[in-house]
Amino acid sequence: MKCLTTAIALASLSLLAMQPSSAQTLAGVKERGQLICGANGTLAGFGIPDPQGNWTGFDVDFCRAIAAAIFNDPAKVKFVPLTAKDRFTALQSGEVDVLSRNTTWTLSRDTSLGLDFTAVTFYDGQGFMVHKALKVSSALELDDATICVQQGTTSELNLADYFRSHHMTFKSVTFATGDEALKAYESGRCDSYTTDASGLYGERLQLADPGQSIVLPEIISKEPLSAVVRQDDNQWSDIVRWTHFAMVDAEELGIAKANVEEKKKSDDPEAKRLLGAEGQYGDALGLGNDWAYRIIKHVGNYGESFERNLGQGSPLKIARGLNALWMKGGLQYAPPIR
Amino acid sequence: MPMSSSIPLQGQVRRSRPRFGLLAIQTGLAVFICALICAAAFNVAQNLSRAHIASGFGFWNNTAGFDISQTLIGYSASASTFGQAFWVGLLNTLVVAALGIVFATVIGFPVGLGRLSSNWLVARLCGGYVEIVRNVPLLLQLLFWYNAVLKTLPDLRGSLRLPGGAFLNNRGLFLPRADFGAPFAAVLIAIVAAIAAVIALRIWAHRRFEVTGRPVPMAWPTIGLLIGGPLVALALTGVPLRLGELHVSRFNISGGVEILPEFAALVVALSIYTAAFIAEVVRAGVQAVAHGQIEAAQSLGLRFGATLRLIVIPQAMRVIIPPLTSQYLNLLKNSSLAVAIGYPDLVQVFAGSVLNITGQAVEVIAVTMAVYLAISLFVSLLMNLYARRMSIVDH
Repeated sequence: MKCLTTAIALASLSLLAMQPSSAQTLAGVKERGQLICGANGTLAGFGIPDPQGNWTGFDVDFCRAIAAAIFNDPAKVKFVPLTAKDRFTALQSGEVDVLSRNTTWTLSRDTSLGLDFTAVTFYDGQGFMVHKALKVSSALELDDATICVQQGTTSELNLADYFRSHHMTFKSVTFATGDEALKAYESGRCDSYTTDASGLYGERLQLADPGQSIVLPEIISKEPLSAVVRQDDNQWSDIVRWTHFAMVDAEELGIAKANVEEKKKSDDPEAKRLLGAEGQYGDALGLGNDWAYRIIKHVGNYGESFERNLGQGSPLKIARGLNALWMKGGLQYAPPIR
Repeated sequence: MPMSSSIPLQGQVRRSRPRFGLLAIQTGLAVFICALICAAAFNVAQNLSRAHIASGFGFWNNTAGFDISQTLIGYSASASTFGQAFWVGLLNTLVVAALGIVFATVIGFPVGLGRLSSNWLVARLCGGYVEIVRNVPLLLQLLFWYNAVLKTLPDLRGSLRLPGGAFLNNRGLFLPRADFGAPFAAVLIAIVAAIAAVIALRIWAHRRFEVTGRPVPMAWPTIGLLIGGPLVALALTGVPLRLGELHVSRFNISGGVEILPEFAALVVALSIYTAAFIAEVVRAGVQAVAHGQIEAAQSLGLRFGATLRLIVIPQAMRVIIPPLTSQYLNLLKNSSLAVAIGYPDLVQVFAGSVLNITGQAVEVIAVTMAVYLAISLFVSLLMNLYARRMSIVDH
């Protein structure tokens, strides 16, 4: 009996890796009639269902943009909420087609997980939130502090690095989800809560009294957040990568939701190529020629998505900062469509 | 002819005539299962390499890089490996399980006996405890102890000062470290001597009982020796035990022993929950002892305590041990609920942080499962040995 149990356990383990490693993600998505997108589920501004149950957020919009490019319908997405701990396994096993969940691009993740990072959708960095009553104004004053952190994140690793490199000690309390870590911080179990700065703004607003906490000025790491796909499908990886580039290019060319129709008819050759009025660029991706047109029409350009979810149009009021276009002093730069 | 000799005889008869067909089926099944395991292992390895996912245990000696809140062995984020993180997590699981098993047993036995008490209030209180605790999911109880009880303690700056220089706050219980002076050895010797004296006394009392047939009262002399002896030694050496000072800084209390609220919540929740089941196991075991046995003991003039100790419990234990074992195993496995409150047990550290950082789900989960299986089998083995000791011995 024990032998049998072991055999069954091993067999089910092997199922984890038995998913067909087909290069046919696009065909599968089309056949299914919807995209399955791994999203955060609890992070305001990036991925969270609103009170009506509609998914909203910057990462969510990115999946809607992919769905718009494929189906001409941004609603054809099923969102699967994933914790930081489960996200890679869910993608590896084929449970989701794409992971769009504030995930930091690192070398070890890129090389050892069998996954591909597509393009940096958001340049972030790790920060600290502390209780105002502690009267701390810099992360360098946190020597000996207790810090709440979410498990399975780069935050967990950066935290240890930062304190070591500044010759400070700390105690960490590690939780499986960001929600639990935040609750523990709120109850006073920890002096500080650490995660990506963008997350801190959103999570601070979820506290019972946001006025009692402040975000410290130090940014202690580079957190380039990217959508992730399986490594075995170059076509699919291109589609996801160019969805982001199309949105950035659209912003650069001044093409937005409101003016996409007239821009399509304009004489601007770059706009014409992007929107499919000239050339066969969409076909090369395996999508229709008007793939980018659909993205802009349904979701908008990069800047629109940013402002709506994270910027001035949202409660978070995050400045564009590093995520401004390259022409405006930021890092968002997309290769040309030609 | 005594019963005992007829049972092995049957076995011998069966064993002496191995039927070929049966043997072939068993061999075939064993080969089939081995082949299945090999095929599964091969399949995993092949698929992982095809999907470009790293495999193998090369990560074991790589630097872990993350911090763990409770470490019983030396561990540092910058210098320790994933392998050491595994041992830290395993030890944390074992500590919680061991303490949980002890406390659950200590609570469960009296409650189980209490349910059978003729005292109405005691019986109802014990019954109420069992019914309430048993019917609320363990996860909810765990969250209750962690969030509703321990987190409502004051914060660091408003710490409760306990006698002996200890502090209690929502970061945990901070106990001063005991500094043992050189004469403390005398106290240790006194403790050892007291234990030896108690054992000698017991042996003497047993002999005397065999000779005279009259029991020698043992309870008070035992307590007196065990507590009095070391106390006298302490007084004679001028109390060499000194408690260390705790340093209260802006963020931390250091210099002592620290009991984390996550640890306390997990031990309390597991003990109280499992104790309710153990109480039921004990009640059932006691009720399985024929009532005639108790009446016979009473008619021989044994007091209530002696009846329980000499007649009821030895017989009840035979019924109690198998289900008690499975309660212990449940407690061990339930300790993995630690992830819900951030206690760094094996699942939280190894199947959580290590799995995530290395991305090697298959290896990590297989190791974790194997470890739980090994601990469970070990606990079962111990309990089986104990059951054999307690079984009826033919004279």
